[in-house]
Amino acid sequence: MPWGVTSMAQSEGSPVIELSQVSYGYDGRALLNDLSLTLSPGSFHFLTGPSGAGKTTLLKLCYLELAPTQGRVTAFGKPADQLGRDGIAQVRRRVGVVHQDCGFLDHLPLIENLTLPLAASGQDTAEFAEDLRALLAWVGLEQRATALPPELSGGERQRAALARALILSPDVILADEPTGNVDWEMSLRLLSLLVELNKMGKAVLIATHDLNLIRQAKSQVAARVLRLRGGQLDVAGADL
Amino acid sequence: MTRLRQLASLLKGDPSADRIVPPTGFTAQLTVFTAAAMAFLGVFALALSLATARLADRWGQALAQSSTIRISAPADQRQAQTDAVLRILSETPGVASSRALSDAEQRALLAPWFGPELPVETLPIPQLVEVIEEGRGYDAEGLRLRLQAEAPGAVVDDHTRWRRPLIRAAERLNLLALGALTLIVLTMAAMITLAASTALAANRQVMTVLRLVGARDIFIARAFVRRFTLRASMGAAIGTALAVLFIALMPRADAAGGFLTDLAFSGAGWLLPLLIVPLAAFIAFWATRHAALRALKEIP
Ligand SMILES: Nc1ncnc2c1ncn2[C@@H]1O[C@H](COP(=O)(O)OP(=O)(O)OP(=O)(O)O)[C@@H](O)[C@H]1O
Ligand SMILES: [Mg+2]
Repeated sequence: MPWGVTSMAQSEGSPVIELSQVSYGYDGRALLNDLSLTLSPGSFHFLTGPSGAGKTTLLKLCYLELAPTQGRVTAFGKPADQLGRDGIAQVRRRVGVVHQDCGFLDHLPLIENLTLPLAASGQDTAEFAEDLRALLAWVGLEQRATALPPELSGGERQRAALARALILSPDVILADEPTGNVDWEMSLRLLSLLVELNKMGKAVLIATHDLNLIRQAKSQVAARVLRLRGGQLDVAGADL
Repeated sequence: MTRLRQLASLLKGDPSADRIVPPTGFTAQLTVFTAAAMAFLGVFALALSLATARLADRWGQALAQSSTIRISAPADQRQAQTDAVLRILSETPGVASSRALSDAEQRALLAPWFGPELPVETLPIPQLVEVIEEGRGYDAEGLRLRLQAEAPGAVVDDHTRWRRPLIRAAERLNLLALGALTLIVLTMAAMITLAASTALAANRQVMTVLRLVGARDIFIARAFVRRFTLRASMGAAIGTALAVLFIALMPRADAAGGFLTDLAFSGAGWLLPLLIVPLAAFIAFWATRHAALRALKEIP
């Protein structure tokens, strides 16, 4: 049955991102079917499911890269289809996304890729120098600041992508396989960063296959685990 | 006004926004070349349009002055035909005034050839009628036909009339030059649109990433617009400078040299080509902006 997942005790205030009865399919092939999801401030979600189930697609619906074929997406209280292009840009500044393919500009050194959200929103990069240094240190990339993205390892790119997602101190963090290419120790480090931010009230949604990571997180926060299968979302069983 | 301010802030620049788009090497060079070539041609079209306007004006003035009607008739009909000619002329549109030359005036006219002692009265010298025209002049063929009927001895001597088709040609040439200028402007817009579209298509990934990190369309467009506006201005400046130099160094002859050596600017007219550079900048600004905003519509 379709599962309308709503955040429970941890929700504080009105939802930041809301998908209600959303369907989506590429080229007319149904992929997501009539599913609902509410991300509230302070909520922590994991999104699992087999490869090709549509996890990345679901995230794209959340940050308005895709528009649903049916149903409604609401971002910060406003229906997405009424936002207009500038409104969508505003929403994205409040949503930190770790893309599965990282999404860097290969001709810019890492540091400039990280400050891209600042430049794009017209902010003075210099003001964020301190934050930037701290972020780089946390993800262990201080030494690689001037490297070009193609010169980085897969894991380094993922860490950098997480750093970029956080630079604007977003209200929502959507991470697509953020630990797919990093060792266990680094995974825990990144997770603790996300947990820390979650405790500050940010909504976090992580798409991952890594069951160990989910278990680890559940010992730290009240995380809900959603499983995407056959176009539907359900809450994963107690085995996690 | 806001557009102008946008253009100004654009040229002042934001180097960090500039770096966001990778160098567009080849298309950028094409833009410089196109702008230079178009500005070069533009200066010539401008010079041509000014020269032809001057020419049409000068010839037009000469023509507007006067023409002559000769009346050769037997002595007994001479006065009657002269009166008829004057009456017809007074009814002809395009004729401001007309008068028969007195004997003294005719003698003065002929004096250079036959000396002052010429007995005009006894010689079969035609009576001359001076016609002052107005506006675009009279219809020579119509007048000739009327005179034939009522004053068979009268001959319209339209010695300046041969210039009329030339004036028309000069006017046509002027129109052509203005048309060429318009085409140059449109071609420049089209070429810059093409170059910008190529650059935009090659940078789809860049635009996608920028959109995803929350850049507004105008921010992304500006990075491209600035680049192409600068390139086009630079090219136009080079092309204009070369063309002006070329024209300035063209051998001069006096008025008799006529049209060919007249292809130049005069006085403050030399400042006119300077307008081509901001015009090119403006064209590039609009063309790139338009192309960029359109390309961005395809990106979520
Ligand atoms: N742009 C696209 N055009 C057409 N089909 C697509 C497109 N993007 C994804 N798909 C298809 O949609 C399905 C879901 O893709 P999606 O990337 O959402 O899966 P996923 O759950 O993230 O998988 P993974 O765990 O491998 O990352 C896949 O079958 C994929 O081939
Ligand atoms: Mg995926």
